[in-house]
Amino acid sequence: MKLARRTLLGTAAATTLPLVRAHAQMPTLKIGVMNDMSGIYQNTTGMTSVICAKQAIEEFNPTAKGFNVEVITADHQNKPDLAVSIGRQWFDRDGVDMLLDVPTSSAALALQDVVREKNKVYLNSGAATAALTGDKCSPNLVHWTYDTYMLAKSTGGAMVKAGGDSWFFITADYAFGHALENDTSNFVKKQGGKVMGAVRTPFPGTTDFSSFLLQAQASGAKVLGLANAGGDTVNSIKQAAEFGINQKMKVASLLMFVTDVHALGLPVAQGLNLSETFYWDLNDKTRAFTNRVKAKTPNNWPNMIHAGCYSATLHYLKAIAEMGAAKAKEDGRAVIARMKAMPTEDDCFGKGTIREDGRRLVPAYLFEVKKPAESKGPWDYYKLVQTTAAEEAFRPLAEGNCVMNRS
Amino acid sequence: MTTIFGVPTLQLYSQLLLGLINGAFYAMLSLGLAVIFGMLNIVNFAHGALFTMGAFVAWMLLNYAGIGYFPALILSPIIVGLFGMAMEKTIISRLYKLDHLYGLLLTFGVALVIEGLFRNIYGSSGMPYGRPDMLSGTSNIGFMFLPHYRGWVVVAAVVICGATWAIIEKTSLGATLRAATERAELVQAFGVNVPRLITLTYGGGVALAAFAGVLAAPIYSVNPNMGTNFINTVFAVVVIGGMGSIMGSVITGFGLGIIQGLTKVFWSEASETVIFFVMVIVLLTRPRGLFGKAG
Repeated sequence: MKLARRTLLGTAAATTLPLVRAHAQMPTLKIGVMNDMSGIYQNTTGMTSVICAKQAIEEFNPTAKGFNVEVITADHQNKPDLAVSIGRQWFDRDGVDMLLDVPTSSAALALQDVVREKNKVYLNSGAATAALTGDKCSPNLVHWTYDTYMLAKSTGGAMVKAGGDSWFFITADYAFGHALENDTSNFVKKQGGKVMGAVRTPFPGTTDFSSFLLQAQASGAKVLGLANAGGDTVNSIKQAAEFGINQKMKVASLLMFVTDVHALGLPVAQGLNLSETFYWDLNDKTRAFTNRVKAKTPNNWPNMIHAGCYSATLHYLKAIAEMGAAKAKEDGRAVIARMKAMPTEDDCFGKGTIREDGRRLVPAYLFEVKKPAESKGPWDYYKLVQTTAAEEAFRPLAEGNCVMNRS
Repeated sequence: MTTIFGVPTLQLYSQLLLGLINGAFYAMLSLGLAVIFGMLNIVNFAHGALFTMGAFVAWMLLNYAGIGYFPALILSPIIVGLFGMAMEKTIISRLYKLDHLYGLLLTFGVALVIEGLFRNIYGSSGMPYGRPDMLSGTSNIGFMFLPHYRGWVVVAAVVICGATWAIIEKTSLGATLRAATERAELVQAFGVNVPRLITLTYGGGVALAAFAGVLAAPIYSVNPNMGTNFINTVFAVVVIGGMGSIMGSVITGFGLGIIQGLTKVFWSEASETVIFFVMVIVLLTRPRGLFGKAG
């Protein structure tokens, strides 16, 4: 029999057509991951957050449940104005349904109102400020991974208990630094300690902290509280070691990630206390998760923010599957309500819940950075010191002054 | 204890010294910029990226070839200098006849490419680079503990700035160079290969940036943004000192480092802004800069 090529192609097209149509009829949800892809928070968030979100989609397999998921990304360069303009473009033009990650508290707060106005879903893993679930709270948000209150309580509280009752802060001069300094100061004072002073450093752009470190030393305080993050923390700690300040004062790195410890190297970072809600080597499940993703991000293993992006995406997809994608696309507030009604569970954080103010509750872990001799392999950096239960770790609902339905 | 505006004098001394140390970096970077602008008429926006490259080359020499700090202090500027010369020969030399703006745009683009490459390969958190053992101690100098390494930075910066000034102002090579900037055709008529001279000058200016980069590596983490953080300030330094003035850029570099150091004590929030405040005042009162020659 002689077959014309055209006939063959036609037959092929005809057989695949129904499949294609079925695919096209499925609703598509769009996730927009916005974070720092090029600046000082690139390694703490960046592409690894995107990889972890995609990992959740791959494992959940939404097409089997009748919907598609698409991921787009953007670099907000830690600028609130840029973050807002990308956000508006995403919601108005690109049809983004869920906004994920968003580190840099000033940018995160700026987007809060945009998401609320457009009635979309906002799952924040990257930003620290507890104001997101406090006086700036919103029915369209879940603050997923950590916040300044939890850091202040876990790391700050432990330092005070160990005798560090007088503090001096080096604070990044924007929303995040102020919130972290404020929350920690409250803890220190509540436990009978005192704050001897604070110095605010321009953000971003400060590279030399030596002057601020000497001011801290001159204050006579026992503890140096670092209310900064990422590259700023790395430089502060490095220079504190250079001037021998870490021998006279205890350094409290209030927000520090495993990625920062990696950048510092153990000889400088050893002995520091820090808090995260996730560490890759915590238990079998966290190790299993890390094994699944680390080939995709070999130079930057996941920290708690990255794990939070995975966990938040997974829980979001579970809620969508239950309520139906079409309804989810229409009403972001309903999706958040649905997510709050379901307990969270995944490999990274175990079991957790989402409180009515949008705060997700998981245990907080206080770690100590290992000595170089104790580290047995790549990224083997932490010793677990203390676990704070989920209900204890975060600010009590009543203290947050969250009024959800403001007019 | 005596105080000045409520700040103990001893603390003030230490801040002055720290200002001087930061000023050393400003001086070295603005010196390179001034040399390049003075001789080539190019506003070299790639300077910060080449500073970063200097630090990265030192890091690579250590991690891939096991070559330590002191050899890197010589090798890295040579490698980056050669890279700069290749860049001058192949792309920058095409722009001499055009407006300054084109050179600025081109070098800005080159800077973005260089930093983007490092960011892509090494991420932005930065990599640790240790101090050499013989410079790792600290000394009590009365009012503060001075890390030996920081002291070394100031000494190295003063020596290298002095040497550069001497080469350009006091040697016959420098004289030829200065003559070539004034009247290139005439100098060429005397049998001097002016294009080659210009290439070497660019290489030299770039090597200065790389030298500063190696000096900076043990203080800051080696990361792709380290140059960007400096370059805005350094351009302000050059403008304040007077475009193309070699002595001016060195003195202004150290001076502004000290002003910035003092600002950190009295009003830390403004410490990155103060330099631009000074720049505005200088531009309003002496548009050619503090040491600029009458044009």
